[in-house]
Amino acid sequence: MDFNHSEYRQMLVDMLGRYLNQRYSMGVRHGIAQSDAGWSAEHWAALAELGVVGALFGEAVGGFGGAGFDIGAVFEQLGKALVVEPFLGTLMAGTALAQAGGHAELLNEMIAGQAVVVFAHEEPQSRYDLRDVETRVLETADGWALTGSKAVVPQIEAADWILVSAREAGGISLFLLGKMVAGVSIRGYPMIDGGRGGELILEGADAKRVGSPGEAYAIVEAAYAAGNVALVWEAVGIMDVLKAATLDYLRTRKQFGVPIGKFQALQHRMATMALEIEQARSAALNAAAALGAGRLERERKAAAAKFTIGKVGTLVAEEAIQMHGGIGMTWELPLSHYAKRLTMIGHQLGDEDHCLARFIALGLGPEGATA
Amino acid sequence: MNLDFTPQEEAFRQEVRSFLKEQLPARLAGKVRTCKRLSKQDMEQWHAILHARGWLANSWPEEWGGTGWSLAQRYIFDVETAMACAPRIVPFGVMMLGPVLIKYGSEAQKQYFLPRILNGSDWWCQGYSEPGAGSDLASLKCAAIRDGDHYVVNGQKTWTTFGHFANMIFCLVRTKKEGKPQEGISFLLIDMNTPGIEVRPIILLDGKHEVNEVFFSDVRVPAGNLVGEENKGWTYAKYLLTHERTNIAGIGASMAAFEWLLHIARAQKKNGRPLAEDPYFAARLARLEIDLENMKTTNLRVLAAAGQGVAPVAESSMLKIRGTEIRQEITALTRRALGPYAQPFISEALDEGFKGAPVGPEYAAPVAVEYFNNRKLTIFGGSNEVQREIITKAILEL
Ligand SMILES: Cc1cc2nc3c(=O)[nH]c(=O)nc-3n(C[C@H](O)[C@H](O)[C@H](O)COP(=O)(O)OP(=O)(O)OC[C@H]3O[C@@H](n4cnc5c(N)ncnc54)[C@H](O)[C@@H]3O)c2cc1C
Repeated sequence: MDFNHSEYRQMLVDMLGRYLNQRYSMGVRHGIAQSDAGWSAEHWAALAELGVVGALFGEAVGGFGGAGFDIGAVFEQLGKALVVEPFLGTLMAGTALAQAGGHAELLNEMIAGQAVVVFAHEEPQSRYDLRDVETRVLETADGWALTGSKAVVPQIEAADWILVSAREAGGISLFLLGKMVAGVSIRGYPMIDGGRGGELILEGADAKRVGSPGEAYAIVEAAYAAGNVALVWEAVGIMDVLKAATLDYLRTRKQFGVPIGKFQALQHRMATMALEIEQARSAALNAAAALGAGRLERERKAAAAKFTIGKVGTLVAEEAIQMHGGIGMTWELPLSHYAKRLTMIGHQLGDEDHCLARFIALGLGPEGATA
Repeated sequence: MNLDFTPQEEAFRQEVRSFLKEQLPARLAGKVRTCKRLSKQDMEQWHAILHARGWLANSWPEEWGGTGWSLAQRYIFDVETAMACAPRIVPFGVMMLGPVLIKYGSEAQKQYFLPRILNGSDWWCQGYSEPGAGSDLASLKCAAIRDGDHYVVNGQKTWTTFGHFANMIFCLVRTKKEGKPQEGISFLLIDMNTPGIEVRPIILLDGKHEVNEVFFSDVRVPAGNLVGEENKGWTYAKYLLTHERTNIAGIGASMAAFEWLLHIARAQKKNGRPLAEDPYFAARLARLEIDLENMKTTNLRVLAAAGQGVAPVAESSMLKIRGTEIRQEITALTRRALGPYAQPFISEALDEGFKGAPVGPEYAAPVAVEYFNNRKLTIFGGSNEVQREIITKAILEL
């Protein structure tokens, strides 16, 4: 057993941490998060140059990482700095493309920071059910045309290509879509936790096929498993920041002549928060370790981790604000932005209730295999 | 034992309902129901409508233009107006300052200020908290020094809700540095247009300007604006706080918010069925409904005791704690109900006259904003931790 990163991975972590510390301060982050674009092409290029995108993918597709712990290590740092760049979409789209096979060139461009690809799978009605896809495919003279809508896709406006799922041949298929193609419209908007997202509306949009017709569900699941590992580690990074900030505040804020951390009521709450964060970190470790395992193992660990993060994340976000009192409610204090992001992670890719139900279904023996 | 309201009280409920049916503008109710931002004019409009009916100051005696209602009537009024989606009465003048002036103010102060609260001439804000004095309010430093027939005020207040709307502020100020901190505090009424006052916005985590910092430098306040006696301000403030807390459980607002949550949970779909029927979500809803039902009766018990002259100090702490927790849980569940659509932040959609198409369900835009904004409920009005201290000491005697 070894709970330390390999030397190489630790180097990546340190380098990424240093970059974010020096160049992606909270002021810079807010500027980007609230800009019209909602992301920074400049930082994206620089981070890709440092190898941060490549760390998300295996050597087979030109990356130099791709294991659960690589993904976790990167996203933990992204969480600490509250980065809004299109990493999640890149990870999920890239994972799906890698699994589908045959997109070496695009993956290379992604890793080099030359192309941004995001994954648009969920739909307005689907509410985390990965099998619920209504987007339709029509065969045309020179390919395929898609009609349907995709919901709340993070940083979709930043994308050069969009990986889209559609219902076909009794299953789900994947397609690549250029943003500028006729029949594609995007309704972009700011997100409550910074950065932007958007709705994708497809009306007979020309698209290129990815993989075999009707067989993409397993790929979608794998992409979501990677996405969940990313999100739970992002949350761990955020929770560590919230914990440190709250501890610091308990030590320095004085009321009734003493630091408020002297009040046992708050001490015990802080102790619970610290304990829960460690439990969440363990859940995130379990999910990262299982990312390369068989489907059932991988999916159960991902569901368990996302459930845990949903539960603990809400607690940590609420307690951090509460123990700060009024100041915790302000825009000016970074704390509130960490709390918002942490809360919203609970709304991405599957919420607490959804993950709990899925964990139960996956545990029901043979039937669970199809959950 | 009989948990029912009397026939007279039920008749009163009907009277309130028919008033609301006739007088509550659909425009305002629509905004409140869908959690749109209310403008200053919206709040003033509702105050004016209530004032015209003589129902604005429902905690004041009739002699001063109040309703003279019993606590049960006030409770019924609160529930009915909230369920009809009427705007909340802005508490600072009507609920907080009014009762203090009536009990402790001079005749001149009552004659001058009370009618102005009712007719909307003055918009009051509350200047208690300071950067260094939150939970430990008695440590406040903002100083008032007597200079002839004026006080000269120097210092800072913070978290002043609607300070940017207000033309008047009631402040706790330090008039004596020696002795027990509580014994050197006075209650002063200050015109916000006096030279030396500066109001700066504090933006909350939802991007909203709701609270402010207020700075005082050499602000000259006529000595006639001192309420009661110098250095007795703490007594008046405590009296005000008990008034602030008789309605602190906010049952009406929670009932209305719960209805809205149900509406959303029925409209949202999970696995092709209404979310309200999803076993996990249904269990969350049920727990909340049970807690709210229990709270209604707890609240009525406290009102009944208060009606018999028992001062509900520690009990109102219970109402504050659980009432705010329930309200927060309602906003949390509403947020959960939206699933992925809790994330888009369409700020313009919270303003009246937004013509754009909604992103996701039409009720989505304000939900996460309300959730984050309502974190304040357990912080202000005496934080829930401070309330638990009160219960520990006053009821449990630990
Ligand atoms: C949105 C908003 C609107 C407000 N409006 C107004 C207004 O209009 N006018 C006004 O005067 N004030 C207003 N307030 C201020 C409010 O009353 C204070 O925020 C509140 O009293 C808490 O003080 P604080 O923020 O300084 O927190 P602190 O007192 O510093 O508390 C920090 C944390 O320590 C806890 N704590 C403190 N003492 C103890 C203890 N003895 N035991 C256990 N825990 C303890 C608190 O509960 C809290 O969790 C408003 C606040 C907010 C957030």
